[in-house]
Amino acid sequence: MNETNDTNPGAIELDAEHWLHAYEQMIRIRTFEEAANELYTSARMPGIAHLYIGEEAIAVGICEALRQDDYITSTHRGHGHCLAKGAELDRMFAELLGKEAGYCRGKGGSMHIADQETGNLGANGIVGGSAGIATGAGMSIKLRGTDQVSVCFFGDGALGQGLLYESMNMAQLWKLPVIYVCENNQYGEYTHNSKMAAGSMVGRATAFGVHAQAIDGQDIRTVHATARLVIERARKGGGPAFLVCDTYRFHGHHVGDIDRPYRTRDEEAEWAKRDPVNLLEAWLVESKQAETEVFERIQQDVKAAVDDAVAFALEASFPSESEVERHVYA
Amino acid sequence: MSTLENGIRHSPAIHAPGERQITFSQAIHEAVSEEMARDERVFAIGEDIAVAGSVFKVFVGLFEKFGPERVIDSPISEAGIAGIGVGAAITGMRPIVDIMFCDFATLVMDQLINQAAKTHYMSGGKLTVPMVMRTTLGAGSRTAAQHSQSLHALFSHIPGLKVAIPATPYDAKGLMKSAIRDDNPVVIFEDRALFSQSGPVPEEEYTLPLGQADVKRTGDDITIVATSSMVYAALEAADRLAAAGISAELIDPRTTSPLDTETLIQSARKTSRALVVDEGYRRYGVTGEIASVIADGAFYYLDAPVRRIGAMDVPVPFSPAMEDLTIPNVDNVVETAKAMCGRE
Ligand SMILES: Cc1ncc(C[n+]2csc(CCOP(=O)(O)OP(=O)(O)O)c2C)c(N)n1
Ligand SMILES: [Mg+2]
Repeated sequence: MNETNDTNPGAIELDAEHWLHAYEQMIRIRTFEEAANELYTSARMPGIAHLYIGEEAIAVGICEALRQDDYITSTHRGHGHCLAKGAELDRMFAELLGKEAGYCRGKGGSMHIADQETGNLGANGIVGGSAGIATGAGMSIKLRGTDQVSVCFFGDGALGQGLLYESMNMAQLWKLPVIYVCENNQYGEYTHNSKMAAGSMVGRATAFGVHAQAIDGQDIRTVHATARLVIERARKGGGPAFLVCDTYRFHGHHVGDIDRPYRTRDEEAEWAKRDPVNLLEAWLVESKQAETEVFERIQQDVKAAVDDAVAFALEASFPSESEVERHVYA
Repeated sequence: MSTLENGIRHSPAIHAPGERQITFSQAIHEAVSEEMARDERVFAIGEDIAVAGSVFKVFVGLFEKFGPERVIDSPISEAGIAGIGVGAAITGMRPIVDIMFCDFATLVMDQLINQAAKTHYMSGGKLTVPMVMRTTLGAGSRTAAQHSQSLHALFSHIPGLKVAIPATPYDAKGLMKSAIRDDNPVVIFEDRALFSQSGPVPEEEYTLPLGQADVKRTGDDITIVATSSMVYAALEAADRLAAAGISAELIDPRTTSPLDTETLIQSARKTSRALVVDEGYRRYGVTGEIASVIADGAFYYLDAPVRRIGAMDVPVPFSPAMEDLTIPNVDNVVETAKAMCGRE
């Protein structure tokens, strides 16, 4: 199954309701991120955040193919993964603001949201740092004999980390149910991946015999269809897979990266034409599965929910002093 | 630059009027730039250090000046670039390996601790590893547990490594230049919170020896030993203590390895009290070693047990409500010093 494109998005038949749910999830992420950006620029959010806007089709396309008890590991750019796996808006915002009601009681912040109830083993501040964790979760699944799968999200920058290759090798040796999802948004911080990654990206996985594909990460239908196939395969003991999803972050590396001197406005404009939200809208309209009013309604509903969640988080209280020394040890 | 007072070397006050003032960040930049101009074996490698001039902007302009072969943007491969540093150093180059946050230095541990630190010794003195690893430390910027640590104690533990931890622009420049010229692996920790801190730095060339403490302020009643940004907390504390009639002497070791035990002991013998402040985790930290050196060397002169203040022994929490509690501050220093002087 090396480097082949043996998935056919058309082969996945889903009803409009399913796609509208996926659409809503993408809107939820986008609206969340816009609000996070606003909280940052209005100096109400401490620290920094890395926005996922532009890459929504990947998290949603993959997570819509997962069960609640499947695992994911996430990255510094992790809000989208958390939400796509089912996290609640209010507790997410509360975490971003360092409040006790947050998913990690204010201890983690933007880069470290974990939510075991939805199978989210945690975002990670260390690039590539979750490759081992996701693979270990795959090992645990195998040893416990369940049919869960584990998805490891990481950026193209993480291709520089040796841990990823050690992990993929073991996953293939032991046929672990791990899906490695490389969100290839072209840049690691301020450097294009052509200056960071030699040779073939998918080739890195095929060298281990891991099933690998490069796919269009802006088209949720492709992402989702591919995800379903590799996830089903992994559930049945077929072993790991590696997906390189081509995408683009529409904002800067983090909320403070406004000028983006390392890339051109033309390049950004080209990618903006392939906005994953617009692509799904256009297809749903074209295939007569939905009308524009539906999108507007979803957007309004989500916006209202996001506004409520922000208000909740702003109101919520900070952790008490005694919280600092809790949870150092279990 | 230094004068001798009570047998202790004394550099100018942190803000000396009339002299050229530059920031800590500029001081590091100047040091690297001067050394690269002076010695073509020196090159720098790290993530986004070249075209972007490093994420903290310390190297802006260096790439334009020295070109892509000497200021190199690397992939996100900390272990790899550290290894490249070791190999290049052994074979005649003088690499500066840039690790953005010392939290990521955990990824280079084998290359640094098992390779760089031991190569000279294991080879019976045949091979040398003249490399610098520059990295950053410090909490307080709401970047949570994996981007806020001060891990200099880990490296100070290792025989074969030298560790510098400058607080002022003057010290940063002088120590960086010495680190680059040193024939051993040297890790230099820069506090991100200090990058915009200004201070006097002479136009003319100078270096500072690795292993020489600096008396930042002289005093009689208590010795406060402080490192990196804690030097500023201690300076402010010393002002407040002076107002309360307590004269504090402030010593910055500047390098934790080698450690200038002589200056520390002499000062503690003079003042009869010593308080050690450092931003690393308190447990097994730099403060423990320094306190023990002082206790050993000044035991019969001390009027109080040596006390130490470090970061709380917890992963740095994100929430501002919690993070600030974990970092030593001026109040902690003032209160502890007063208590030690019997002035609660
Ligand atoms: C081990 C490690 N090195 C460096 C960093 C600093 N850093 C944070 S994000 C980033 C770029 C990551 O690029 P990529 O993996 O492509 O993810 P993207 O930000 O593009 O989503 C870097 C270098 C880090 N967090 N961890
Ligand atoms: Mg990237």
